[in-house]
Amino acid sequence: MELDPVMLARIQFAFTIIFHIIFPTFTIGLSAYIATLCVMWMRTGLERYRSLARFWTKIFAVSFAMGVVSGIVLSYQFGTNWSRFSVVTGNVIGPMIGYEVMVAFFLEATFLGVLLFGWDRVPPWLHTMAAIIVATGTLLSSFTILSANSWMQTPAGFEMRDGIAFPVDWLAIIFNPSFPYRLAHMVTAAYLTTSFVVLAVGARYLLSGQQLDHGRTMLRMGVGFAAIVAPLQLFIGDQHGLNTLKHQPLKIAAIEAHWDGSKPGDLVLFAWPDEKTESNRFAITIPNGAALLLTHSWDGLFPGLKSVPPEDRPPVLPPFFAFRIMVGIGLLMIAAAWCGLILWRRGDLFNTRWYLWPLKHAWWTGFVAVICGWVVTETGRQPWVAYGILRTGDAASPVAVNAVATSLVLFVIVYSIVFAMGIYYINRLITRGPDDPLVEQAGRAAPVPSMSARGGAG
Amino acid sequence: MEAYLPIIWAGIIGFAVAMYVILDGFDLGIGILFPFAATEQERDLMMNSVAPFWDGNETWLVFGGAGMLVAFPRAYSIILPAMYLPVIIMLLSLVFRGVAFEFRWLGVTAKRWSVPFAAGSILAAFCQGLILGGLIQGVKVENGAFAGGTFDWLTPFSLLCGCSLVCGYALLGATWLIMKTDGAIEDRARDHAKTLLAVMLIFMAIVSVWTPLAIDRIAERWFTLPNFLFVWWIPAATALVAFATWRWLETGREALPFIGTIMLFLLGFLGLVVSSFPYLVPPSLTIWDTAAAPATQIFMLMGALIMFPIIIGYTIFVYWTFGGKVGEGEGYH
Ligand code: HDD
Ligand code: HEM
Ligand code: HEM
Repeated sequence: MELDPVMLARIQFAFTIIFHIIFPTFTIGLSAYIATLCVMWMRTGLERYRSLARFWTKIFAVSFAMGVVSGIVLSYQFGTNWSRFSVVTGNVIGPMIGYEVMVAFFLEATFLGVLLFGWDRVPPWLHTMAAIIVATGTLLSSFTILSANSWMQTPAGFEMRDGIAFPVDWLAIIFNPSFPYRLAHMVTAAYLTTSFVVLAVGARYLLSGQQLDHGRTMLRMGVGFAAIVAPLQLFIGDQHGLNTLKHQPLKIAAIEAHWDGSKPGDLVLFAWPDEKTESNRFAITIPNGAALLLTHSWDGLFPGLKSVPPEDRPPVLPPFFAFRIMVGIGLLMIAAAWCGLILWRRGDLFNTRWYLWPLKHAWWTGFVAVICGWVVTETGRQPWVAYGILRTGDAASPVAVNAVATSLVLFVIVYSIVFAMGIYYINRLITRGPDDPLVEQAGRAAPVPSMSARGGAG
Repeated sequence: MEAYLPIIWAGIIGFAVAMYVILDGFDLGIGILFPFAATEQERDLMMNSVAPFWDGNETWLVFGGAGMLVAFPRAYSIILPAMYLPVIIMLLSLVFRGVAFEFRWLGVTAKRWSVPFAAGSILAAFCQGLILGGLIQGVKVENGAFAGGTFDWLTPFSLLCGCSLVCGYALLGATWLIMKTDGAIEDRARDHAKTLLAVMLIFMAIVSVWTPLAIDRIAERWFTLPNFLFVWWIPAATALVAFATWRWLETGREALPFIGTIMLFLLGFLGLVVSSFPYLVPPSLTIWDTAAAPATQIFMLMGALIMFPIIIGYTIFVYWTFGGKVGEGEGYH
């Protein structure tokens, strides 16, 4: 069988970045949550905030480490696997990644030490400061990397000379047309995802009758937050989509499985889009629904996939299905948060088993929505890697197929082991709970000095 | 001005690489020394001595990569495909040792993650040496792109560089332990440091003799007049610092051996710069051939001038916060 090096490089990039994004999603949200807990503890002096902050800091440490190591891999993959991409867009993309390291990574990584080990070394205000700095660092890093990614989606502020992109206007490059929407949508996604993890852990404690006080605190904070932010995400996502229609109409056509642009689009609830016959099979639709959503008029028109030759179209199946999963999860999150709000008002939030049980099992929903969202965004951009500038097929490195295949296999093996162990350890920390001596001390057997030393380990 | 920009950027990246080698060098060194510790408790303590810092240290590696992409995108896009396998294996090794910092104390037995931690550290250091060696030898370039084979980097010389770097990092780790611990660990680290210093000097000597013999352009750089008048002091200073470090190890100094080792690394680095400058991708492409657009380099330079003092400031603050010895039973409580 002939292996295609570009395809292998794509699979490798998709695999490593999907692995990576799981952890930033969680650490962006969790660092903000920990900072919030630290501030509440400073203001109220209540021990339960401190022990919750300590507890989540330990889980944060494990996730952050996985985020850092998988991120380092990514930053080198631009060179190892996408060297043509680096040559063509390096003048523009390079500084954004460079700024990310200078303003965000050093900040996060350095103050992480204080956050994890500083509980008894530095005064509480300084420790709280470290938590806030780490949370800010993760936001700065989202800002820069999403700016880079958005530039690849909707390039602006540059000119092409001899096939190489040269910067002309940095502000236009940084604040390119899709960036504000993508930043808002992704950061909200991270906070939302984390709030459902916190909710799931709270529900788990209440159901099993342990850590009741902590469980209640987490449930209250989570429900209150998600009830506001989940609907907000629907609004931001809608605006994001409208903006994409302006700049990448074919992506929207793929999302909606809209083939023929001369007719108003139907809202396809379910279908099997068939790229060969250029039509949808088994379609269940709401007539003219998509036209109404996207153009705000009953018979408004937007471009269909058939408006360009097949080799210029994105693949249809991944954006189509991934989009429906993401939006489905978004709607479920709104339902879950508001349901919790109603139960809270009735005073039943902490003892309604039919509500808590599904919530306990919903910790992964946000992660799936985030991954699906990225699949929509990235596959919908194909066949371009930088939209209108460079095709994915022309971006790869001159590396032997076997080398790429070998490294892909190694990545799958190593990441599977690391991921399985990470989930296992995080789950164990959660089972033990905030009051567990191991969590409180992080010392397993007390006489082992450095184990208790690791107690500082947050 | 535009002709100087690549020089400034070469300086900045050189600085970042030196920072990385010294900082991550000592915490990789801790991993390399792991197999030689007596007990798991001892390993706990060794790990604790670097745990608050490793993440910040490794960020210099990210900056090195990103800085290359910013300032010399063409070099970046040739060197990484050329060193494909060593780079990937180095990254995977760093994955293992990075997560080991968090996983180790959560495991049923700490031992389970000691092995990946040590193996990851050794392999990462070795691969960095391979990359360095492969680069000194030279990379085959045609039409501005890498044109060689998957295993071009694999030569006796690059293997030698791999071993030297493992040794060098271990020496940095050992002298760090002398500074940060006491009792049995410190004594053992002192013994290790002496052996490692001797071995590392032998490696340095072999590399210094080998490169000019094998590569004409390097011989020419060092052994012609007037160049020699400007560079003779580098080997002399290396010998002097090596002798001083040995004395400091003998006389029970705590911080000086670490500083001496850092100076040895810096001198070695300077030697490499003398051998290769201004080539970034020897033997064909210079820093001017591979430089990014001036607008790009200037935009990044402004950021670097503002951010570097800040970064160095808070890095010092954190090292100061966790200063002092990590004594048994004291740790971070
Ligand atoms: C929306 C946010 C986001 C996105 C889209 C990405 N990252 Fe990321 N990255 C982060 C948010 C983040 C973070 C929150 O800042 C992390 C996650 C966990 C962590 O330790 O920092 C991080 C860590 C991290 C690190 C380690 C930093 C360190 O040493 O401390 C590197 C090198 C990268 N990332 C590189 C990338 C690259 C090359 C990406 C795209 C191709 C990418 N990240 C996508
Ligand atoms: C972190 C969230 C992200 C996820 C989950 C993600 C996911 C993906 C996926 C699934 C692909 C493969 C698309 C395909 O081949 O059909 C891809 C491609 C790509 N992405 Fe992203 N992406 C993310 C962010 C970014 C960012 C921030 C950048 C750059 C700054 C980026 C750069 C690229 C490049 C260069 C490709 C080309 C390779 C290819 O098309 O296969 N991605 N990404
Ligand atoms: C509730 C309704 C939602 C709508 C209408 C919506 C809409 C969209 C659209 C149109 C895109 C593609 C934008 C583009 O590439 O141009 C997108 C991407 C994305 N979505 Fe959603 N979304 C929703 C919910 C969610 C939820 C709940 C999450 C996660 C918790 C999420 C996470 C993402 C992510 C990570 C991306 C990729 C990055 C980006 O382009 O912003 N979305 N979304």
